[in-house]
Amino acid sequence: MSDLAFHLPVLQVLIPLLAAPLCFLLRNEAIVRVFTVAVSFTCFAISMSLLGQVIDGQVVVYEFGGWARPFGIEYRVDILNAFVLVVVSGIAAVVFSAGPGQARRVIPEGREYLFYSAALLCLTGLLGVTITGDVFNIFVFLEISSLSSYILIALGQSRRALMAAFSYLIMGTIGATFLLIGIGLMYQMTGTLNMVDMAERLRDVSHTRTIFVALAFVVVGISIKLAVFPLHQWLPNAYTFAPPMVSAFLASTATKVAYYLLVRFCFGIFGLTLVFEKVGIDVLLLPLSVAAMFVGSIAAIYQTDFKRLLAYSSIAQIGYMTLGLSLATEAGVSAGLIHVFNHALMKGALFLVAACVAWRMGGTSIEAMKGLGQRMPMTMAAMVVAGLALVGVPGTVGFVSKWALVSAALEKGELFIAFLIMASSVLALVYVWKLVEVAYFATPEAEIEKKEAPLRMLIPTWILVGASIYFGIFSGFAVEVADLAAAQLFAAGM
Amino acid sequence: MSVDAQTTILLWALILPIIGALGVVAFGRWPNLRDSWTVVIGISTFSCVARLVGPVMDGARPGLLLPDWMPGLGLGFEVEPLGLLFGLVASGLWILTSLYGFGYMRGHNEIHQTRFFTCFAVAIAAALGIAFAGDLVTLFLFYEILTFSTFPLVTHAGTEAAVRAGRVYLGILVSTSVLFLLLAILWTSTLSETLHFTPGGILDGKISGASAGLLLLLFAYGVGKAALMPFHRWLPAAMVAPTPVSALLHAVAVVKAGVFTVLKIAIYVFGIDFLAADGLSDILMVIAAITILAASIRALSLDNLKARLAYSTISQLSYIVLGAALATSAAAMGAGLHILMHALGKITLFFVAGAVYVVAHKTEVSQLDGIGRRMPFTFGAFCIASLSIIVLPPLGGAWSKWFLVTGAFDAGEPWMAIVFMLSSLLSIGYLMPIVVRAFFRSGPEGEEGGIKEAPLLMLLPICATALGCFAIFFYADGVYRLLAPVMGLGG
Repeated sequence: MSDLAFHLPVLQVLIPLLAAPLCFLLRNEAIVRVFTVAVSFTCFAISMSLLGQVIDGQVVVYEFGGWARPFGIEYRVDILNAFVLVVVSGIAAVVFSAGPGQARRVIPEGREYLFYSAALLCLTGLLGVTITGDVFNIFVFLEISSLSSYILIALGQSRRALMAAFSYLIMGTIGATFLLIGIGLMYQMTGTLNMVDMAERLRDVSHTRTIFVALAFVVVGISIKLAVFPLHQWLPNAYTFAPPMVSAFLASTATKVAYYLLVRFCFGIFGLTLVFEKVGIDVLLLPLSVAAMFVGSIAAIYQTDFKRLLAYSSIAQIGYMTLGLSLATEAGVSAGLIHVFNHALMKGALFLVAACVAWRMGGTSIEAMKGLGQRMPMTMAAMVVAGLALVGVPGTVGFVSKWALVSAALEKGELFIAFLIMASSVLALVYVWKLVEVAYFATPEAEIEKKEAPLRMLIPTWILVGASIYFGIFSGFAVEVADLAAAQLFAAGM
Repeated sequence: MSVDAQTTILLWALILPIIGALGVVAFGRWPNLRDSWTVVIGISTFSCVARLVGPVMDGARPGLLLPDWMPGLGLGFEVEPLGLLFGLVASGLWILTSLYGFGYMRGHNEIHQTRFFTCFAVAIAAALGIAFAGDLVTLFLFYEILTFSTFPLVTHAGTEAAVRAGRVYLGILVSTSVLFLLLAILWTSTLSETLHFTPGGILDGKISGASAGLLLLLFAYGVGKAALMPFHRWLPAAMVAPTPVSALLHAVAVVKAGVFTVLKIAIYVFGIDFLAADGLSDILMVIAAITILAASIRALSLDNLKARLAYSTISQLSYIVLGAALATSAAAMGAGLHILMHALGKITLFFVAGAVYVVAHKTEVSQLDGIGRRMPFTFGAFCIASLSIIVLPPLGGAWSKWFLVTGAFDAGEPWMAIVFMLSSLLSIGYLMPIVVRAFFRSGPEGEEGGIKEAPLLMLLPICATALGCFAIFFYADGVYRLLAPVMGLGG
């Protein structure tokens, strides 16, 4: 047993990595689906158990082949990445159980296993990026997750999905390349790829122009992946034209992992002093975050497609996360992490609602949602609750996020920023309400019979909706873990 | 009664309306069962709240704390006299409004009655949550629930006009609460280590000068439900709802939740003494005074009966805000009493407006010629309630006005006393013509004569609340004794 516990960090990545090709052997759709769900739940269990191991402040280090750093590669689990692992694997478990949804109509009969295989590879990549303690490893896993997500996005029903996947591929590759250039420069100056070593050695060379340039490449590279305004152009198309299930998965995990990377590089590797005091990226990141909050929300109001609306809303929500980071305080980072968790739940739920709508109506244009309140009551009720969470109504996770973020801003004396956060959440009410009015007050053109999405999709949706309420009322888990993670990060960086 | 028993009763008072809502959904198919169920729940809820009166008057503060909501922030309830009064008003009038509502909805063959009564029960649960909230965050939670649970009631008709009104309703209430109230709460949380409502306030000495004034304004405007100008438009918009909603929610539960919150913040967050110091509340005083007069003047010129009553409500709500802003014991007492007095008067007026609509399908003041002769009981009640709003003794309104005016003089603000007096004159101007029309003009040509009263289910609540206006004049002493300790007036 203790042996198993010891190997958990590697199993976290190894299990989905091996499961992906196994899908080829199993082939049969029903079996593959059950297998994928089982794998994703196993990953979730592993990440929960890892979080349990590190929550008291101890860091779990797994050295490959017993080679200690700087010679070997190591996986390194602290509270911060254990928390992100839980979010990623938890969302994967819930979303994968809903099946491929509408994507099935695109995939040729008998080839469904390819979808699951790509999904598992994507999960592998995301988990790998999060868990590893080696910066080059980050790049490798990032590519695994990106390549598989291009495949997944291209499976969308409309032919424009191909174009969306392609432009995401271009942007994603630029981002990854920038990251790689940054890592290369850092390697040149420090001679190590291990995060801990690198952080130590960087202190002596942090005044050099090379490191400044490395910082710029790394931050911009990650910002592309994270879709920080104005580098967000790839995101709306990718989320809109991808199959809804894929959007649900990527929206709740891929950007979260990118955010984790930004936090890790800024606070764990480059260090607070360099990033915020010498270079001062907050001077740039703070206004951009605020701009994202407003541009994203305002753009969302004018969308005519449900998923596109959600995509623009995501850009705004990413603004909240980067805003927390750019406050450069423990409370700010913690608020950003709380929002990572909370936003994953809300946006996952909403994209699953979109999946249900797409399944039933064949598309997600807002026009098609007219009068769905009476025809798909459970789905639309889920949309209302998750939407209210997005607005930040008390009793939901959105409120917890807002509370934490605004507290952090006020703590730093930024009354005006606090006011802007509130103002942008009012904009969220406008776009959420637009959906509610269409669903409940508009009369559909053609009579549609009352019929819900299949339970297989409805149950995962409601699990996420329920979690949005549960963690809004008993928010202790997310808030405490995020606080501990931020505290650990700051303690190590000092 | 032991402390545990009090807590249990408090819990029941909060849960019963929710059980009620579930029951309404379950019994939706059998209207008679559903409606009797609502009444049973209403009576049980009210008796739970009423049973807390004794202990609270003896100085007990039954409370309940659900920890772990957020680290350092529990979800807490605590019953104090002011909240108890609001709870009594809301749950008591719920029973009468339910009866009235059955008459109205059936008399009018409204659609979606089950949804209607479900949301109604949820709204009452939220109002009680506000009444008994022990801290600012809990209060905010129920404040928002109240907004969202009343939205389906406002848009009940589902027409284009209703949807538009719903937008104004939600837009103003939610944006003020998020932009100002939540910000104010968070600001308070950075100043004070507790957000718990504490007698004497939690802010004294922690903030001063202009920022304190700003915080007070954030709170006052943040509570959009108090309908301070210029954030009052949602209330006339909400009049598109069926009349029982206008009566209970937009004359009592929702708007009173607003002014109650303002009063509670004045007393328990700022503290009366702190507010009185340094002219902190001067600006708020002026805004409230302007709202009182401007809304009254607007009411004069409106022909639609419900709209006129809505503007009258806006004006009357600012009595309570002004009472809080005057920050003297007497004014605060007047404000507290006015929650009850105005509720009884205004709900009667709305009941009458609904009865006229159901019986005669009339909505405009100018159509009401001679209607008092056809509906003598209904308009007798209207007359009594009008006089109570105008503050003629022996009707309840006289007491609250008495304390408010005394408070204005105590605070050294004789101008504010004049504002109260002017507003009374204006209320004669917009209410009395209706009574005069109804009784002293003859009906339009070709309309059949004879008495045609509202259905009994509607008439009984109308008479009950009108009599209540009368009775409360003589029993105001009990309410005074309940509130006195909070207002610093001694037992």
